[in-house]
Amino acid sequence: MLLSGSDILVKTLIEQGCDTVFGYPGGQILNVYDSLFTHQNEINHILTAHEQGAAHAADGYARTTGKVGVVISTSGPGATNLVKGIATAYLDSIPMVAICGNVPTTQIGSDSFQEIDITGVTLPITKHNYFVGRVEDLADTLREAFRLAKSGRPGPVLIDVPKDVQIEKCEYVKMPAVEKDEPFAAKDVRIEEAAKIINSAKRPFIYFGGGLIASNAEDEMLALAEKIDSPIGCSLMGLSGVATDHPRFLGMQGMHGHYASSMSMHNADVIISLGVRFNDRVTGNRQKFATGAKIVHIDVDGSELNKTVNSVCSLRGDVKLTLKKLLLLTKEERKDEWMSKVNAFRAEEEIYLDNREGLTPRRAILTLNKYLGENTAVCTDVGQHQMWSAQSLRFRKARRFASSGGLGTMGYGFGAAIGAAYGTKERSVLITGDGSFGMNLSELATAVRYNVPVVVLIMNNGVLGMVRQWQTLFYDKHYSNSVLERKTDFTAFAKAFGGNGEAVTTPEELDEALSRAFKTEGPYIIDCKIDKDEFVLPMLPPGGSMDDIITKLEVEL
Amino acid sequence: MNRYTLAVLVRNQFGVLNRLTSMFRRRQFNISSITASETESEKYSRITFTFDGDENGKQQLINQLYKLPDVCSIKELTSDNSLSCELMLIKLKNDPNSRDEIHSAAEAFKAETIDYSRDSVVLRLIGNSSKMDDFISLMRDYTILEICRTGTASIEKGGATLRQNLNI
Repeated sequence: MLLSGSDILVKTLIEQGCDTVFGYPGGQILNVYDSLFTHQNEINHILTAHEQGAAHAADGYARTTGKVGVVISTSGPGATNLVKGIATAYLDSIPMVAICGNVPTTQIGSDSFQEIDITGVTLPITKHNYFVGRVEDLADTLREAFRLAKSGRPGPVLIDVPKDVQIEKCEYVKMPAVEKDEPFAAKDVRIEEAAKIINSAKRPFIYFGGGLIASNAEDEMLALAEKIDSPIGCSLMGLSGVATDHPRFLGMQGMHGHYASSMSMHNADVIISLGVRFNDRVTGNRQKFATGAKIVHIDVDGSELNKTVNSVCSLRGDVKLTLKKLLLLTKEERKDEWMSKVNAFRAEEEIYLDNREGLTPRRAILTLNKYLGENTAVCTDVGQHQMWSAQSLRFRKARRFASSGGLGTMGYGFGAAIGAAYGTKERSVLITGDGSFGMNLSELATAVRYNVPVVVLIMNNGVLGMVRQWQTLFYDKHYSNSVLERKTDFTAFAKAFGGNGEAVTTPEELDEALSRAFKTEGPYIIDCKIDKDEFVLPMLPPGGSMDDIITKLEVEL
Repeated sequence: MNRYTLAVLVRNQFGVLNRLTSMFRRRQFNISSITASETESEKYSRITFTFDGDENGKQQLINQLYKLPDVCSIKELTSDNSLSCELMLIKLKNDPNSRDEIHSAAEAFKAETIDYSRDSVVLRLIGNSSKMDDFISLMRDYTILEICRTGTASIEKGGATLRQNLNI
């Protein structure tokens, strides 16, 4: 069948199982949009307010479905607007295909209107990228992009398509959707080595991250934990990978992690690490990190092994397949002494819990928890609200938490929550702060237009809370440019955009507002007023170790 | 700090050298020489480079290279398992007072005179990198006008080839 490049592009997307794409049209991608118009019954396009929102929506869609998220933009300004979304996906290993138009090949390199070298710009933030110079290469390039995006350690891939390549015609033959590269287990000798170390452990600790979710290895991990009698903790990216209520789960660990989780990891003699990368927010001072522990590290990406901390046993391979083999070699053993120590840490954590009256951040999240269904995806922006969410949200199913862990992108959440609603086909929730929300609030227009059910909970304290917390603790309370002093009325804003919302100041009001929000068809904004001097605790000071953990605030405000 | 030589077979595609050097730059790998050329097959290019660092750094570099889809094969080349050489052109001032000394040094290093004029002389040297370094150090006593070095070219001894362990 002789088709134009733009038709081939859209048909290949459909062939690859892509049902929803996010994007924004413009001059150099008009032909693709014309083909999207022709094929609108086969593929759904969501028009956002800004290309960044579209990229985050594709990311939210990918995180909640495990499928490849697709975003489309025009050249130059459209393409550069995608950059933040691509970088966010790259740092969190999210499968994404970004497609940009560009000026015709005859004009490339001449600084034409809206021309930018987007493959050059995105070189360090994509797994790979392509400039498609011939229409004959278009379909296969797109197929290879899908394969790369989801194979091994997933990530974003960008394709730059000049306008003349969209117009020219060539033969198109439909192909089946590409499979990801066959996953492989780590080498047997390494697995035997790991089993020996794990079998000799007196105080094991299982620590998992986003890699566990990517490889769907929850069952294998829980089986291992049962067998060797180990507690479980996770990184921010691991959240929702195991049900929050699971008796072995101690919660997130790291700079703002759960006390019991961090203490157990610190006191472990063997740390079994699954799909994690030991980021500085997790380890604190690497010299003092878990000094008494042997680290067994399983990751599909060999470059993560021994990158920041040295492991005694490094296993390169798919987490699920490797765990399956490892399970056969580990011996069943109760570790009562260790588990009672872990339980003591848990009891201690209870003492530190914030049980104050009034609309505290923790109480707000606990109130929200009552409304979350098993399938509800919760997205966040970045800052204090993100950490409060990570600490107190209750998850029952994997892929129901989307947060910018690696890049820490303020403004990520709204786009992601829209994408998550499409991914789960259910109402999603965005927990944000007034600072983060201000960065991409224009996406409310998108949510209203498409009637996307998103409950937006703004933790509104009038300040950049996390910046303020650091300024309080480490910068002599010099609140340099962290006090917002804005006059924004978020309820009026919601209404002006055609949505709805309300402001709340007590837990009871919040409860009622949530019950209204969860019955509303489209987006609903809840402006939740909290104090500007709320802190995220516990806190491991940057570069500190577990000996420096701050559990109670001793700063005079 | 050690010096390692790595030979990498990559897909012969537009911008592939840029993909490698961009990764070296953003991860701050210390590369002291690099050569890129076509190979026996038009599908591949060969990039040989030397890296200064420790064993951990080298392993990390190899792991990061394998993540680039254009990288097809990597081999570490050591002085035991491979042959390396470099070519240097060096232009010196042709001064009657130093002419004989330069000539003797060139003879000792088996450097060939490939251009000779009233003002200057160009010598060509082939050998390993430390030989080049030694020769340059000697020539610093005179007036060096210009130096051009190719970087190290390395190939494994025996019948083994990079193409035998393609990672694609």
